Amino acid sequence: MKSTENKIIHPLENAGVPEDQRHLYCDASPRPYPALNKYVERFLNWARANSLWILGYGTGCGAIELRPLLTSRFDISQYGMNPRPTPRQSSVFIIGGYLSVKTLKRVIRSYEQMQNPKFVVGLGSCTVNGGMYWDSYNTVNRLDYYLPVDVYVAGCMPRPEAIIAGFEKLKSTIMAGQAEGANEYAERFDWYKSNQKKIIKDWDMPDYNW
Amino acid sequence: MYIATKAFYLFVSIIVALVWGLTVNGIVRKIVARVHGRIGPPVWQPFIDIIKSNAKRSMIAHGVMFYFGPVFRFAGGLGTYVFIPAVFGSVVFENLSFSGDLLLVMYFIFFGQLGMALGAGEGGHPASAIAVGRGLAQMTAFELPFALSIISLATQYNTLSITDIVAAQQAGVMSWTVFTNPLATFAALFALLGMNMHSPFDIVIAPQEIPLGPPTEYQGSLLGMLHTNRGIFVSAKLILFMNLYFGGALNLPILMVKTFAIYMLSVVVGVAFPRFRADQSIRFFLGVPTVLGILALLIQ
Repeated sequence: MKSTENKIIHPLENAGVPEDQRHLYCDASPRPYPALNKYVERFLNWARANSLWILGYGTGCGAIELRPLLTSRFDISQYGMNPRPTPRQSSVFIIGGYLSVKTLKRVIRSYEQMQNPKFVVGLGSCTVNGGMYWDSYNTVNRLDYYLPVDVYVAGCMPRPEAIIAGFEKLKSTIMAGQAEGANEYAERFDWYKSNQKKIIKDWDMPDYNW
Repeated sequence: MYIATKAFYLFVSIIVALVWGLTVNGIVRKIVARVHGRIGPPVWQPFIDIIKSNAKRSMIAHGVMFYFGPVFRFAGGLGTYVFIPAVFGSVVFENLSFSGDLLLVMYFIFFGQLGMALGAGEGGHPASAIAVGRGLAQMTAFELPFALSIISLATQYNTLSITDIVAAQQAGVMSWTVFTNPLATFAALFALLGMNMHSPFDIVIAPQEIPLGPPTEYQGSLLGMLHTNRGIFVSAKLILFMNLYFGGALNLPILMVKTFAIYMLSVVVGVAFPRFRADQSIRFFLGVPTVLGILALLIQ
């Protein structure tokens, strides 16, 4: 990380939105929330791991693999997982494969609307290194430059069994108290923001929207 | 001393109702999943969901009414329950029932939804506004057969006290309202289908259609409060119907069996029929159920 990238923008300027709408958005950057007492946190992490609500937003071709997961063939509700249609209530964001620059904008807005703690699962090779789109003009190559990722599931596309294994990995990470992506995003907010703004040329949205 | 004992009994009663309501919800989710050919979430999943919702660290708000929405909803569920005598003749589970409690309970069933409508309106999500409109329209529609049925019952038993109505049904199975006044019972059971918000009447929450309806913007402990209310409100409604139409309960096991059986009506209808459109649902309640209610009233 170069020092030029680490420019601090406090309070947020929200330069992307029109002047008369700026007061509608928050101008404070996110803050990390410390974990509670060790034993309380262990109990809460158990609850978080066993009640993962997925944000139902198919971001790439990998989203097609989520349908068999939700229906009777591989029913993930038996692991306490559920699709939620709103980012406010979700705790897991599944990035389903390649991310075009246009989708990245929506992904960032949705991710920021989710509440701490929140987890990101990167699906497919495209999120790891770009996969078959690594030299495409319109897709991002490495997801963790833009969002903190907890678990990657490699493959093109990963089978539902592999995704379930990824979720099991995510669960054990949460229970071990190591899935602190939301806090990491808050701590390294400026670095993530500058990376995002480097890719998204027409930044016409607020800098941070809860 | 009396007040302290009463408060303690009430607390015990509310906790039992809450745990039973959430357990029933969990069992129903499991049953629905089995009908779909899925394995389904564990029975205790509603409890984990509530803990998890309350374990969220950050929370956003859209204004004062946004906070009050779930509080009103929870107060509505709690108010419905505490004025219903849950177990006939029990000191612990008689709650705060008094001689005119039936009218108050009917009011409380409405109250929570109105509060939620205000809170969801302040959330500002378009889907919430659509759902609130649908919800209030549907609630007005199913309240009509329910109210007609209640009036029929009040004239039949000549009282507005739930305890008296239960006492009048203690002479045996044939003295239950379902046998002495079947028209009123069926009108009210149709209304119960609407109240329980299972398919085909789940036009308010309507998953996959309008994201989640009123609670779209709710998260964290506010959502946890709504989920807690779901447990207690389900108990309250089922116990009310058991008291009014199915002879009440003399102890907790009978209460559990009867309320579960009444809930199964909603579940069987729910897994068999797809969702109505909003206008179809409202027309349905103003049709056969209302006619049944009017007939029940005329016969009395």
